[in-house]
Amino acid sequence: MSIIDQIERESMKFDLPDFRPGDTVKVHIRIIEGAKERIQIFEGVVIGRKNGGMGANFTVRKISHGVGVEKVFALHNPRLEKIEVVTRGRVRRSKLYYLRNLRGKAARIRERGIN
Amino acid sequence: MPKTIGLLGKKIGMTRMYSETGSVIGVTVVETGPCYVLQKKTVDKEGYNAIQVGFGAKKESRENKPMAGHFKSAGQGCFYHVKEFRVDDPDQYELGQKISASALFQVGDRVDVTGTAKGKGFQGVMKRHGFRGGPSGHGSNFHRRPGAIGMCAWPSRVIKGKKLPGRMGGQVVTKKNVTIVDIRDDDNVMVVMGPLPGSKAGLVQIYSK
Repeated sequence: MSIIDQIERESMKFDLPDFRPGDTVKVHIRIIEGAKERIQIFEGVVIGRKNGGMGANFTVRKISHGVGVEKVFALHNPRLEKIEVVTRGRVRRSKLYYLRNLRGKAARIRERGIN
Repeated sequence: MPKTIGLLGKKIGMTRMYSETGSVIGVTVVETGPCYVLQKKTVDKEGYNAIQVGFGAKKESRENKPMAGHFKSAGQGCFYHVKEFRVDDPDQYELGQKISASALFQVGDRVDVTGTAKGKGFQGVMKRHGFRGGPSGHGSNFHRRPGAIGMCAWPSRVIKGKKLPGRMGGQVVTKKNVTIVDIRDDDNVMVVMGPLPGSKAGLVQIYSK
C-alpha cells in the first residue's frame, strides 16, 4: 500500500452503517457555534453516494417547509457524529436525481425488505 | 542560499486531511531522507561552513569512481542527490550521521521548500505573466494578446525585460512558510500543508527557519 493510501485510511471511518440510495437516514452532525457545540439532525432521503476513498460523500434530500433542500455530507468527516438508517427504500437507480422533479405522492419510495 | 540546515526530500504526491475542527486541508506528502552527512566544509579549508548531505540510495556499480571514492568516507553507500546546507558549526555533525525530519522539525513548524517547478512550455502573457487580456465578446477581436509593447520612433526598440510570451516553468521556486502537518520517521515521510513546486518524484530541499 502506498504511503498516501495509508495516510488516507487513517482518517477514514470503517464503522459506518450500510446505507444505499433510496434509504431515509438521520445524519447527526456536530455544529460548533463560537464556544458552544451542538448536534444537528438532518433527516431525508439519500439520493446518491459518491465513492472516492477518503473523499467519499453522499447527498441527502428533504422537503423543508415545501422547499426541497439537499445537503452533501463528507462520509469520513470527523464532525459527522452518526448516520441512522430510518427506512430502507427499494430503488432502481444509483442516483435519484429524478426526485427533484417530483412532489408529494409521486416522490414516494417503496420500502425494501431486510434480508 | 539560506544559511540553515535542512533536508532533501522527494515529493510523493498530494492528498487531504481533516484538521481538528473538521475542515479539510490539502497536504503534500514528502519522502524525507534518510539523509546522511557526507562532508563537512569549514571556513579554514573551503572558506565557508556547510555540511554536504546525500539522499536517495544508489548502487555502487552505477556510480563513477571519483564520486564512489568521495562517498566512501561517510560509509553510507552512494547517493543520487548531493546538496549542501550552510550551517554555523559543522563540528556538530559527524560524517555518516543520519539526519531525520524529527530531529530538525516539529509538527506545526514552518519551513521553506525549494524545488524545480513543472515546465509549462511556451505560454502566452495571460498565463505567464497574469495579464488581463481583452474582452471575450461584444465584437472584440482582442482576446489573449499582450497589447502594445513599447514606444514609437524613439527608442525604436523593445525595452529589455518586457513581459512577453515564452517558455514558462522549469525554474527553481522556493515556497516560504510551509506548515508541517505531520512527521512520520518510521516511513521517512513528512506531510506539509498545501502544494509544493515540482512534479511527483521531484527533488525538494526543505530548509528550517
